[in-house]
Amino acid sequence: MLEVMQLECRRGDRRLFTDLNFSLSAGTLLHVRGRNGSGKTTLLRTLCGLFTPEHGKLLWRGESIQQLGDDYRREVLYFGHLNGIKGDLTGIENLSIAATLAGNSVSQSNIWAALARIGLTGFEDLPTRMLSQGQKKRVALARLMLSTAPLWILDEPFTALDVDAVALLQTLISDHIAAGGLAILTTHQAVPLTSGQVAHLDLGD
Amino acid sequence: MLRSFWCILTRDLTLALRRRTDVLTTLFFFVIVVSLFPLGVSTEQQILRILGPGVVWVAALLASMLALERLFAADYDDGTLEQLLLTGQPLALLVLGKITAHWLLTGLPLVLIAPLVGMQYHLTDTAIGVMMIALLIGTPILSLIGAIGAALTLGLRGGGILLSLLILPLYIPVLIYGAGAIEVSVIDLSNTQPYLTLLGAFLLVALIFAPVAAAAALRISIE
Repeated sequence: MLEVMQLECRRGDRRLFTDLNFSLSAGTLLHVRGRNGSGKTTLLRTLCGLFTPEHGKLLWRGESIQQLGDDYRREVLYFGHLNGIKGDLTGIENLSIAATLAGNSVSQSNIWAALARIGLTGFEDLPTRMLSQGQKKRVALARLMLSTAPLWILDEPFTALDVDAVALLQTLISDHIAAGGLAILTTHQAVPLTSGQVAHLDLGD
Repeated sequence: MLRSFWCILTRDLTLALRRRTDVLTTLFFFVIVVSLFPLGVSTEQQILRILGPGVVWVAALLASMLALERLFAADYDDGTLEQLLLTGQPLALLVLGKITAHWLLTGLPLVLIAPLVGMQYHLTDTAIGVMMIALLIGTPILSLIGAIGAALTLGLRGGGILLSLLILPLYIPVLIYGAGAIEVSVIDLSNTQPYLTLLGAFLLVALIFAPVAAAAALRISIE
């Protein structure tokens, strides 16, 4: 589904990686590993189209992502270092705005259910700036449950989460893979999957 | 498509209502700057009438600049801007939604408070009317052009100063025709029409090109 050909990325004068090739088929989890500063985040941002690579091609279902433009972005869910939620809005409001902008019509009850499943019962109506770091991250991760995007790009999704939330997130990723989705993530933890295959990519060697 | 525009617009308005100080600062800044001139220069009716149109417009330019820096910066800081870029909705439309919200919060209050300011400068009723119309057409142009600058200077250190240097020269045509419309209205009301028509033309051009330019600038800034 996703093909990467001869990808080269630079940050200023520093070449992060060069001649990177891989291709992922549906139902795969790609675990990107590497030292700090080896270009994991840059790779993920390049894959979702936020960063323009120096060289190389990115193909999604056989077409270049630059040409696909908005059609490609609709298929991607990116979860970065920043949570991407508004501190002055409640969890419910944040999620319904994210769903509307992603083009999904999600009912209010689905949003409440998603927040309950991620362990935020009782916090739905609080402005998210009142929540703890881990809880904010949970609000942001609840987007995964409401999304229909086939490609998930997750940058360090496990940081600041407690054991329960980590287990839940792993279940979510497993379900997504099992349903024929594609996930790319960076983490320093091992990611056990119940189904589907895990591929590894090591950067910076 | 319209849903995403509406969604962004209501989101930004809700956010502003929960954090009212940002909106009030612009309005009070405008009122204070305008009120300082009669105190500092003269309270002579004749002089104030001549000064009025120019002072009101200069104050409107500066007030609109004041809030511009925050237009995209708040979203940039918490990562929501990244998410907006990845929604798969036309980015220019989302940007237009943000600009509209920005104008409703910073431009429209200036239009509404204009009669009060006009009284301070002993402007005639017709001049005040023309001033309101000119501000109504002119302030959206300020927000639209300003958005391009805000997008370009996003994430830069000292971006605020750079933003003013970049944007204020582009505001000059609006200043000239906006203040001109009020000045000629004192002589003959029918003379104002070309000024307002030109302002309207500026608005149309800005409305078409500014959101697209700002969207392109955002994609560059976010890298």
